[in-house]
Amino acid sequence: MASRTLKLAAIGTAGGAFSGLLGVGGGSVIVPLLIVWLGYGAREATGTSLMAIVVIAAVAVTLQAFYGNVDPPNAALVGIPAIGGALAGTALQQRIPERTISLLFAGLLVVVAGKLILS
Amino acid sequence: MSSVAAAIMGFAGGMVGGLLGVGGGVLFVPALVIFMDETQVRAEATSLLAIVPVALVAVWRQLGYGNVRVRDGLVIGALSPIGVGIGVVTSNSIPQRALELTFAALALVIAAQLVIRALRPRPDAQEESA
Repeated sequence: MASRTLKLAAIGTAGGAFSGLLGVGGGSVIVPLLIVWLGYGAREATGTSLMAIVVIAAVAVTLQAFYGNVDPPNAALVGIPAIGGALAGTALQQRIPERTISLLFAGLLVVVAGKLILS
Repeated sequence: MSSVAAAIMGFAGGMVGGLLGVGGGVLFVPALVIFMDETQVRAEATSLLAIVPVALVAVWRQLGYGNVRVRDGLVIGALSPIGVGIGVVTSNSIPQRALELTFAALALVIAAQLVIRALRPRPDAQEESA
């Protein structure tokens, strides 16, 4: 049990480090580590990752707001349609096999790697 | 017209977020940079604000489907600020290009592992691979 908590701690730290280093979202690290390292099912990994992201994004945006970097009207412009997208995405996710979710995620990681290499 | 394009990319980002368990910043940030003329720093900060309600709604739905381990998610979330601190300090002491290439390689290795797992006959147990 203790080693499980340590692994969760390591995943949290890795997710945070990834964001702090490169501005890449923590979710792209958290989801695959939960699957590969802790044996989570793909659906559980994505749901649990989102729980962590709520905390991470809330803390990070509060800090950024102190630096005056946040633009609320533009956040609403992308964020409000995105809520609709998230409802559609979670509903769709329940209808596809877990291995398809994993394969789609692998595709996302390739896109992230491509962006890093080309930046 | 460009705000319509940004809103469409926002919807797509939310969809990717809900489907794959990420915040959606992978699309929010370019939408804000390309269509709303935000700088990279402002776009990333603004994207975080958009992510909060999106992730909340997605978590609420996933809770209903029984796909959230709340305690695990909170442990990960609570400890990630330590990682952010380590990341920021490291990024100021190591060349950015080396970091980008290292993480790109890591992302590709993890992608390969996911593909191998997905194509393997279904291991149902909570096994832990080394």
